Amino acid sequence: MSLNTKAIAKNAYFISKHRGRVTARVRVPGGHLEARHLEIIKEIAERCGNGTVHLTARQAFAIPGIPAEKIPEVRKLLAPYIREAEVGMGVNLPDPEGGFPVPLPPNVLACIGSRDCVFGNIDTAELAQKIERTFYPGSTLLKIGVAGCANDCAKVHMQDVGIIGMVEPLYDPARCIGCEACVKNCRRAASGALRAENYKVARDDLRCLGCGECVLKCPTGAWSRGAKYYRLVIGGRTGRKHPRAARTFLEWAGEEAVIQVIANILAYIEKHRDKTLPKEHLGYIIDRTGYGVFKQEVLAGVNLGPRAKVAKYINFGGYAYDKGVQLT
Amino acid sequence: MGYLFSADAFNSLLAELKTRYKIFAPKIYRGKGRTAGTDLVAYGEAGELAEIAFDRKTAFSPKEIIFPVNQTMFYFTKEEFQENLPPKEDKDMIIFLRACDINGIERMDAILLQNGPYRDVYYEKLRGKARFFLIACDQSWESCFCVSTGSNRTENYSVYVREENGQVFCLVKDRDFEEIFSKYGRPADVEPRFIEENKIRVRLPEEIDQRVFGHKLWEEYAARCSACGRCTVCCPTCTCFTIQDIFYRDNPDCGERRRVWASCLIDGFTDMAAGVSFRAGYGERLRFRAMHKAADFKKRFGLFMCVGCGRCDDACPEYISFSKCLNRLSEIMGEVGQR
Repeated sequence: MSLNTKAIAKNAYFISKHRGRVTARVRVPGGHLEARHLEIIKEIAERCGNGTVHLTARQAFAIPGIPAEKIPEVRKLLAPYIREAEVGMGVNLPDPEGGFPVPLPPNVLACIGSRDCVFGNIDTAELAQKIERTFYPGSTLLKIGVAGCANDCAKVHMQDVGIIGMVEPLYDPARCIGCEACVKNCRRAASGALRAENYKVARDDLRCLGCGECVLKCPTGAWSRGAKYYRLVIGGRTGRKHPRAARTFLEWAGEEAVIQVIANILAYIEKHRDKTLPKEHLGYIIDRTGYGVFKQEVLAGVNLGPRAKVAKYINFGGYAYDKGVQLT
Repeated sequence: MGYLFSADAFNSLLAELKTRYKIFAPKIYRGKGRTAGTDLVAYGEAGELAEIAFDRKTAFSPKEIIFPVNQTMFYFTKEEFQENLPPKEDKDMIIFLRACDINGIERMDAILLQNGPYRDVYYEKLRGKARFFLIACDQSWESCFCVSTGSNRTENYSVYVREENGQVFCLVKDRDFEEIFSKYGRPADVEPRFIEENKIRVRLPEEIDQRVFGHKLWEEYAARCSACGRCTVCCPTCTCFTIQDIFYRDNPDCGERRRVWASCLIDGFTDMAAGVSFRAGYGERLRFRAMHKAADFKKRFGLFMCVGCGRCDDACPEYISFSKCLNRLSEIMGEVGQR
């Protein structure tokens, strides 16, 4: 059997452990899709695959058990999905009949966000789709996750770049009845940024996570929603070598700044990554160049907005299974 | 007299009224809902027809206009105090509100002006400034049960207002407004219309007594309620308040005494000296609220307190429905009555 595995893999198929079989990968930016698109996934799985579908850890579909010779048929079945779910939202894919042109960057994952969740401060899938328009198709490994609030159910702290929706809580003391529901809840469930003072509430701006819990708990509307903002955490990853959680890079940044920073991060990675490796996670590159270089390059030309805060330094914790990793 | 206004004519009317009155009406506050991307419908000052949300139900009642959430009663130093009644020169107020809320304010009048020998002067001052512009309800919302409580109608208003496709029909009852309405409006036959049927029907408990106290109903509610207090904050008939003495941080020799809304559902309401709190359980708190709304108030004033606006249903994060609670109380009283 003759197969060009490199070409197949580039077309977003895994080469399966089962000889001659491949697994089709279908991107779902933000993990949210029209229910009718499931028909397409179903048809591919039943006609070309082994009748099963795997939901990937990045919220995409993996359709396993496809004989390599059926790839043209899969492409044909997949074309309407690519046309509607990718091209339709503005992603530049000139040839939807050709399948996904590259597998990189990996699917942008997201929690359900403000479309359905009371805690969600942002429309996570909408932002994921904006990011998809900016960076897909590409050639750079950059795992991005979007979380609607600081609860981080999407586990964006394990991504190269995690985006966390924030809201500025606005306080109107004239509506406050001093019930302290916000104060107690912030202490218990958030960061203890609120304290009672003279029967009213004072907020510590440095502690506030922008999670919006105070707005949710307030019975009178004394706390209300201000502008939307974003926190960016960077350098998180799983992986066998040196897993670690991401750390905060930006807080109270605007949406446009987030998109610009991601574009700059892609350029930074291409400039500094270890080209002897097929791909390298962002955190390793930051470790090598130092945070100062990272910060300088990815913030170049970015208008962060008046509220934004940038980490002065980042002390990544984490651990390595093999201490030799750092000593070679 | 009845009048018909085009949108422009009504805006001219509002503009002139605004020189003499503060005008309050239901408004939509974009993006100000509790959760992201949702709107808040609440009372605020309005100056134009387009600002008034005739077809929306407010999350909070208009009581806050005449009974502010926070009200400074007086300022004090070590030696003396200065009372803080609303100043005389303040404009009178026009409030656009629905029949249920006018009925609600009548209940507030009962408890704040007719309860015992003292009238609440702070309330009385603001209340005296209020003129009611009755908004016609063209629909009954999911949680409304005003017909069951008899608060779907009212005669207590200065002007009846019905908005229809950008035109406004008004019936002026208060002579003070006749001249200005005749200046901008065309004479028309206007008959007040009221909601005659709600989706929810409530059988009001005829008589509730302490036999319902030990019922397992309250245990169920205790398990569901989170004591957030939203039901009482949005209620047009809840008037409980607490008193706070504030000593200014930079000069604790001066300060002010405020009265601030309080709620029987919220922690601290029944805290007493020596740390006793006699309604610690959430079921007990809900029972107290239900008994007050359905029985105690009626015993004193002869009025069923709840006006069936259903806001507490809309506000409850645990989906506890007061109309359902009232129906269950009626059932329970029927059961214990048969025994």
